[in-house]
Amino acid sequence: MEDMKEVILEYVIEEYCDEENDDVTFETPLISGGIVDSFSMVSLKRFLENKYKISIPDADASPEAFDTVNKIEVLVKRFL
Amino acid sequence: MAYSNKIKELYQNQLKGIQDAGLFKQERFIHSSQDAEIEVEFPTGSAPKKVINVCANNYLGLSSHPEVIKAAHEGLDTRGYGMSSVRFICGTQDIHRELENKVSEFLGTEDTILFPSCMDANAGVFEAILTSEDIMISDRLVHASIIDGMRLCAAQHDTFKHSDMAHLEKKLQLHADKRLKVVINDGVYSMDGDTAKLDEMAALCEKYDALLFVDESHSSGFIGKTGRGTHEKCGVMGKIDIITTTFGKALGGASGGCVSGRKEIVEMCRQKARPYLFSNTIAPVVVSGVLRVLDILSQSTERRDKLEVNTEFWRKGLSEAGFVLKDGDTPIVPVMLFNAKLAQDFSKDLFDLGIYAIGFFFPVVPQGAARIRTQISAGHEMHHLEKALDAFIKVGKKYDILGKTKQEIIEMYGN
Ligand SMILES: Cc1ncc(COP(=O)(O)O)c(C=O)c1O
Repeated sequence: MEDMKEVILEYVIEEYCDEENDDVTFETPLISGGIVDSFSMVSLKRFLENKYKISIPDADASPEAFDTVNKIEVLVKRFL
Repeated sequence: MAYSNKIKELYQNQLKGIQDAGLFKQERFIHSSQDAEIEVEFPTGSAPKKVINVCANNYLGLSSHPEVIKAAHEGLDTRGYGMSSVRFICGTQDIHRELENKVSEFLGTEDTILFPSCMDANAGVFEAILTSEDIMISDRLVHASIIDGMRLCAAQHDTFKHSDMAHLEKKLQLHADKRLKVVINDGVYSMDGDTAKLDEMAALCEKYDALLFVDESHSSGFIGKTGRGTHEKCGVMGKIDIITTTFGKALGGASGGCVSGRKEIVEMCRQKARPYLFSNTIAPVVVSGVLRVLDILSQSTERRDKLEVNTEFWRKGLSEAGFVLKDGDTPIVPVMLFNAKLAQDFSKDLFDLGIYAIGFFFPVVPQGAARIRTQISAGHEMHHLEKALDAFIKVGKKYDILGKTKQEIIEMYGN
């Protein structure tokens, strides 16, 4: 199975980054760092749910839980 | 006393933080009416200086037009100064409804509702027409007032990359299961001066059964052959479900805004939009002024035609002089300097030469994208523009940026 972190990182770069901020790593703060605004989180959540066939309750989809690729992986694994 | 030293210090520290970050905004006092030439007190305390204004939203030069002033006087005389009431109690005059009808006619829509400002229109409209079963899909560069309006609304939101139609289409597919989908964008983007692809958006909205919203604040009155806006320019009049716009820019520049579009949507705003229900609407004197503005613009396209000629001259002049501009054909012409300090110094030097234009930098524009945003007006005469262009070239030479590319300017000054 492909590495989950790589998959998430690739989606984040493709979806949210332009040429000026494409040096994102597993630890880059995405939401508090202004790369993903809270309005755009919904597509990341939907991507994860579709890709991993899970359902993340809204209460768990907090900006903190989505703040880095590492944290997102932890979140997804909780619902696998 | 509740305002303890502790609280006072808390705010003092926050203000100092803003100051230390170089983000403290200072107002400059203008001692004249808004026009091509204004008298500005800068720095504060100095004698007012006459300068050519190239940073107002006074696109049609109507802010101090004698006919508009006369109409406002007449409105003051016949309808009084204030209403002391919100619309639905005893704050609606015949001229409020007359203006709503005139705006619908001008924009080619079914109906219109006035708001105290376009900020209020954007703050109120989404909550009035959407629920948690719906989704708002907005361009990532929409105006702050739209962002606030979306925040106040229970519907979900998502975004698409600026003007990226393929990305928008993906989002429409992703959210196909929602009750209502609304695609949200500005007609003309105020920081970059580029125009939304409304024709492509209208087609996508038709294909995916979505509503289309556009904020026409920087378009109404002058974009399109007869100045009706971006929808006229893109050939999609009648296909926009919700237009918001302001009377505080090209359309006289005083204040006020509206939601215009589908009849039922406008009626929902009248029943439910909170800034409409709980705040006084536009004062009679301003309503009278805007009515005259719409008459002037419906009778002749002279002013928007002159603006087009002025804009062409200005873009061509700056570009031939070797400045880096943002592409586009609107009267919003950003002169790119990339570095925040350079933008501030450039603006200061222009002022010394009698030209008033402001530097914009982070967080108003992205980091490393500092600029002087110039805005052209039908109120400018050729001699104003020639003088302004001369000043830009002089200052450009001083900083040795003429003919330089983005990379070269960043190498010289940083970003
Ligand atoms: C795109 C856009 N929408 C709305 C507004 C707010 O307009 P008003 O001054 O009528 O509140 C502005 C003004 O800055 C704007 O640029």
